Amino acid sequence: MSYSYALRCRECAREYPLDPIFSCEFCFGPLEVAYDYEAIAANTTRESIEAGPPTLWRYANLLPCDVDYKVDIGTGFTPLIKADCLAEAVGLDTLWVKNDTVNPTWSFKDRVVSVAIARARQFGFEAMACASTGNLANSVAAHSAAAGMDCFVFIPDDLEQGKVVGSGIYDPTLVMIEGSYDDVNRLCTEIAANRPWAFVNINVRPYYAEGSRTIGFEIAEQLGWRAPDHIVSPMASGSLYTKIWKGLQEFHKIGLIEEPTTRMSGAQAEGCSPIATAYEAGTLNFVPQKPNTIARSLAIGNPADGYYALKTMEETGGAAAMVTDVEIVEGIKLLAKTEGIFAETAGGVTVAALRKLVASGKISRDEETVVVITGGGLKTIEAVADKVSAPLRIPARLEKFDAALAARDVAPVAVGV
Amino acid sequence: MAARHVRLTFSGDEVKRPLIYELGHEFSVITNIRMADVGQTTGWVILEIEGTEEEIEKSLIWARAQDARVDEATLGDVVEG
Repeated sequence: MSYSYALRCRECAREYPLDPIFSCEFCFGPLEVAYDYEAIAANTTRESIEAGPPTLWRYANLLPCDVDYKVDIGTGFTPLIKADCLAEAVGLDTLWVKNDTVNPTWSFKDRVVSVAIARARQFGFEAMACASTGNLANSVAAHSAAAGMDCFVFIPDDLEQGKVVGSGIYDPTLVMIEGSYDDVNRLCTEIAANRPWAFVNINVRPYYAEGSRTIGFEIAEQLGWRAPDHIVSPMASGSLYTKIWKGLQEFHKIGLIEEPTTRMSGAQAEGCSPIATAYEAGTLNFVPQKPNTIARSLAIGNPADGYYALKTMEETGGAAAMVTDVEIVEGIKLLAKTEGIFAETAGGVTVAALRKLVASGKISRDEETVVVITGGGLKTIEAVADKVSAPLRIPARLEKFDAALAARDVAPVAVGV
Repeated sequence: MAARHVRLTFSGDEVKRPLIYELGHEFSVITNIRMADVGQTTGWVILEIEGTEEEIEKSLIWARAQDARVDEATLGDVVEG
């Protein structure tokens, strides 16, 4: 059962019923789900979680929805992999990769959508909707299909083909919007206000966002019920980053782990870095930006949780780093070559930022670190398509193969970084 | 009469300019600051604007033309990755 009992304003702490609303009527602060932690603690043990399913639903007591409404396509409890080769490459003693590329639609968005759609069904909504540059659209379309719900997905009209097909295959109503990024944002806000749909990151956002906490839960459980010294996470809206930290704190609150002292660091692309820029300027007030980066899954110029991400950074002693598009590609390739994990551009941002944070001394060699990889590389194949090793093209004859191999050994054909 | 809640973000020289005062004089709208955080170089204001739909819209177009960024008050970008 769910132990959520109210929505609470993050600014003024006013409480509201558990309705499909997202902001405080008095101060316009964002609403967040409030839980009865005493009841959760009384009904949740390490053993009860370990006996649960190998999905995020093992944390059902900590989720803001009734499990009877879940749409379970196998999301969560993704591998936490000891990354010795990547650790050596970046200069750390101990590094783990939280590999969320293996979720059902190949990104961490399946976590937030799992919770959003369960809560939406509980509310009685019959249609789901979202505005997305890829990962969220794929996940909402897939979960809606599995639930037999209508689905409306809004995307910019210049998306890569893979992302369009990645949503279209689940047969939602797919709407391509012409215009600038700001135009798309504005139109979708208007549509959300005028349709009786569960718009996952608008009217059910307080519930949706809670799904990201499960990454924090899993990291702690998979490390043997403890928190690491440092976590590096990508930052787009800033929600994932803040919720991982919230998850660790909650595990402590209900007695499952010692008090976490984890330092939370965040990664952004230089072409969309409102949070990292504010961090470098030493302010909690970010200035919105117009995104211009290959890391489109992180291209949120006006991050809803930017302020809270900066607060978390300050509170935990973490840092932010921003990386160029060239460094993003290097990051994707480094993760692939060292750990056999093919990440999308957001993963490249995070690995490149990790490398920068270690090189600059913001993460010290002896800090046990977890890097969160949030999406699979086949979604953004364009980013690296011309930067991988060129194949040896030969006629089907043995001597041609021998000759090509010998020629390659003399002059390697690998291209790119 | 209609009411809108918007978040105005200023940076650079716009921080020093009395934009909200000017907006209230240029257009037939009532402005009400609900939250704000303004520093030396950047700042934001959550503004309640009352007036006819047409006059509110005109005032926001004007604000954008003055290099203020205008967003819905309670949301960041709704297009996610």
